[in-house]
Amino acid sequence: MIKDKDLTQTPIAVEDLTVAYRDEPVLWDVDVTVPEGTLMAIVGPNGAGKSTLIKTILGLMKPSAGRVLVYGKPYPQQRHLVAYVPQRGSVDWDFPTNALDVVIMGRYGHLGWIRRPGSSDRALALESLRKVGMEAFAERQISQLSGGQQQRVFLARALVQNAQIYLMDEPFQGVDATTEKAIIDVLRTLKSEGRTVVVVHHDLETVPEYFDHVLLLNVRAIASGEVSTTFTPENLRLAYGGRMDLLLDGARR
Amino acid sequence: MDLTLIFTDYTIRNVTLGALVLGIVSGTLSAFAVLRKQSLLGDAMSHAALPGIVIAFLLTGQRSLPVLLFGAMIAGWLGTLFMLLVTSQTRIKQDAAQGVVLAVFFGFGMALLSWVLRQNNAQHAGLDSFLFGKAAATVASDVRVMAIIGLIVLALVALFWKEFKLISFDHGYATTLGLPVGRLDVLLTTLIVVVVVVGLQMVGVVLMSAMLVAPGVAARQWTNRFGLMVVLSAGFGALAGVGGALISSFEARLPTGPVIVLFVSAIVAVSLLFAPQRGIVWEAVQRYRSARRLREAAVLEMLYGMAIQHGDPLHPHSLASLRAGLSREGVRYTLDHLEANGMVKQTENGWALTPEGVAKARQFLRASEGEQAHRYSAEVLS
Amino acid sequence: MINQAQIEIMLVASLVAAACALPGVFLVLRRVALMSDAISHTVLFGIVIGFLFVRDIHSPWLILFAAAAGVLTVSLTELLLRTRRMGEDAAIGLVFPALFSIAVIIITRDFSSIHIDTDAVLLGELAFAPFNRAVFLGANLPKGVWIMGAILLINLVLLILFYKELKLATFDSALAAALGFSPALIHYGLMASVSVTAVGAFDHVGSILVIALMIAPSAAAYLLTDRLSRMLVISVVIAVASAIGGYYAARLLNVNISGAMASITGVFFVAALIFAPERGLLARAIQRRRRSLRFAEEMLLVHLNRHENTADAATENTLHHLVDELNWTPTFAQSTVQRASQHGFLQRQNGSLNLTDSGRQVAQRALSR
Repeated sequence: MIKDKDLTQTPIAVEDLTVAYRDEPVLWDVDVTVPEGTLMAIVGPNGAGKSTLIKTILGLMKPSAGRVLVYGKPYPQQRHLVAYVPQRGSVDWDFPTNALDVVIMGRYGHLGWIRRPGSSDRALALESLRKVGMEAFAERQISQLSGGQQQRVFLARALVQNAQIYLMDEPFQGVDATTEKAIIDVLRTLKSEGRTVVVVHHDLETVPEYFDHVLLLNVRAIASGEVSTTFTPENLRLAYGGRMDLLLDGARR
Repeated sequence: MDLTLIFTDYTIRNVTLGALVLGIVSGTLSAFAVLRKQSLLGDAMSHAALPGIVIAFLLTGQRSLPVLLFGAMIAGWLGTLFMLLVTSQTRIKQDAAQGVVLAVFFGFGMALLSWVLRQNNAQHAGLDSFLFGKAAATVASDVRVMAIIGLIVLALVALFWKEFKLISFDHGYATTLGLPVGRLDVLLTTLIVVVVVVGLQMVGVVLMSAMLVAPGVAARQWTNRFGLMVVLSAGFGALAGVGGALISSFEARLPTGPVIVLFVSAIVAVSLLFAPQRGIVWEAVQRYRSARRLREAAVLEMLYGMAIQHGDPLHPHSLASLRAGLSREGVRYTLDHLEANGMVKQTENGWALTPEGVAKARQFLRASEGEQAHRYSAEVLS
Repeated sequence: MINQAQIEIMLVASLVAAACALPGVFLVLRRVALMSDAISHTVLFGIVIGFLFVRDIHSPWLILFAAAAGVLTVSLTELLLRTRRMGEDAAIGLVFPALFSIAVIIITRDFSSIHIDTDAVLLGELAFAPFNRAVFLGANLPKGVWIMGAILLINLVLLILFYKELKLATFDSALAAALGFSPALIHYGLMASVSVTAVGAFDHVGSILVIALMIAPSAAAYLLTDRLSRMLVISVVIAVASAIGGYYAARLLNVNISGAMASITGVFFVAALIFAPERGLLARAIQRRRRSLRFAEEMLLVHLNRHENTADAATENTLHHLVDELNWTPTFAQSTVQRASQHGFLQRQNGSLNLTDSGRQVAQRALSR
């Protein structure tokens, strides 16, 4: 029985999760636990439900069945422990604001109602921008940033939340080399601080290099665990089906 | 015209104050409506409000502003909910849903109104002013009501400032931070409905929508900062309101609502054209400058490259050889311009770089190499 | 009893309704329904400007001016859009209030003596239609019959001539462009037709009913069919029925005719919204209920299948556990198990749930989908 397990030490426990979009299952009966202090990649083909899984963990989508526990409790009670980096395309970058201001938004959860962000929030936001190498762009209007820079602003916004768990939706999608390196640095720092990071990832080639854990997803959870034991050709074939052989060459290299 | 009339003439004072209040409040919300891509919500709401107004009058027998506004608000809300129902549950898109609500609610309101008018001829006066707005009929108590409502609206915007900003920018992220985004959406939309309804008797159904679009579009042109955009938007609304009210007060037979709308449309036109950075004229000037810069760089680099082959960066070349090498129009014009800036000079053997020109050419060459490398890496990575 | 004037009013209204419904279908499908809102208002601008030139409120030239104003509205909207400084809704919301304002100002200043009643702009006065007559081809009919009949005829002919182009440009404008049919030309052609229709109709029924007749019947038809040809027919039928029904309602209740007609288009729309087979709210609720029950059953079977023959099968595959794990209410879990066992997908054995062969097949099929 689930109640016998002690989940208060487990950052994320996904239990029998089924999520349907207009009654079509996007995730089928998924069970995953994310151990503390890991860097976990979620990989799988298009339409495998990778983003859906993250969004359901965050309460942005409602599960048809099953549940998600964050350190043993439902997400709404543990919100302050979780930070989210959405896909870059989810917002209109022509919004009139600058990079620093976007990062300060990460403090809104700590501020609560009515209180305005103050100089300490500003300092934290600047510090966070520095961590992603964007301090020089703090006052830059966000539409004038490159795609990679915008991604780093989103990352900085999540960092300023000072969370225990970081959920990132395709942060490496279409970014330049500098940004890719900045994100990896941040991931490693977070890990060294004992935090847990889950990343939706699409580049199989870099999985062993960047991550220590992996979840192979294709509507069902195919396999999850340490990269060395889980990221195998057999599992990949199970996750990707026939298209795998081509991809496998990439993964072996 | 005698501006002291604003303080002494009862009607002019009320109209001006009313337009000022309306301009500030609608301008403020216009910024949010434009950023949230809800520009035409005001149009639908202003039409949908009519049956509410008529029913409120029927039920209470009063035509006091708060009573009618309350009815209008209920109807406006029903319209919004209906649009939400239709767009979320069927394949009908926002535009058609909005059109149905607008026309059907308004048509129903008109039918009701005609019924009311036939029932009792005595008390209907004032109801039809909601169609086109009767600014001149604004009395001091109307202004008081508008001011109180306006203050409440502004206070709520100030109170939920950062929350409204966040849901306007990144809805999903706001949800993960634990904000009650659904309720905040409702609140912000309600504020828009309230303002539309308040504005109805000032500028009328058809023109109220402009007050919720124009100030925001104009303000966006002048700033990249959210707070400043909202303030500017309120300012443009106020300017148009007061300006329109004054012009129509001092010139005979000029209806207030349309003049306010034209005023605010003019502000939009100026902003679209001349705002720094986002203005169309500004952009054209920038494009012209950078094109000229490119032409100059090409000529300087060409001259430098050819001269270097002669072992002397100051070696002159004929116009014809430059033209042949560049295969580009306007070489002569560019040379003249460069000469005026002391970069090249015309000698009897043709055109030659000056020492300043040599320095500039080297600078351009270094920059373009760097840029090429940069562009290459960007292309490869994307 | 119905007299001749009443029949004539209904005839004019029906012609208006049919003429509006035809282009309305394409406005709804092309997601530019609100252009009818904009155009039906700026028609006034065209009429006013036309009047400044010809100085005759009955001149047929005014129709041309009004149609030009419609096209001007479309062009200005596109111009604003092309600046990429705002969205389409904002562009529409800027253009038509400005043009409408100019029209209202000119009316108030320059020809307060002449009858362009601003109230009539929104409402029209259908009741006066029989008084304004014209003899043509030997028939003495209200002018509205001739004008709206002609406009309806034009719309029909254009529709028949360009049916396949319109269809293609509406559903796949990229393909249309690739095949050499300029989407811009088709767009402007459609807008010109909307403008002409709006001008003719506006005189009789006012701008609000023009919008209602263009959008509501087409939107209702969109819920009732997937085929363009049927959608056109249904849309015209609903529009004409609204016109006639609205007229009777207006007479019965002694209210404004246009307002009553617009209300009836709303009644038809709401009826379609609720009762449309397949796409109506009712049908969808039933489908959703059915599907979610079937989905729950599948979910149950998949869950059992996965834990079958595992060490924790004894604890996982119990009714009690389903409540806990799948987050179902006890009653829902109970009834889902009941249904699955009725269908022969599972058997209950002292508290534990065991899949049958067919249940296992269903689970596997569901997973491989």
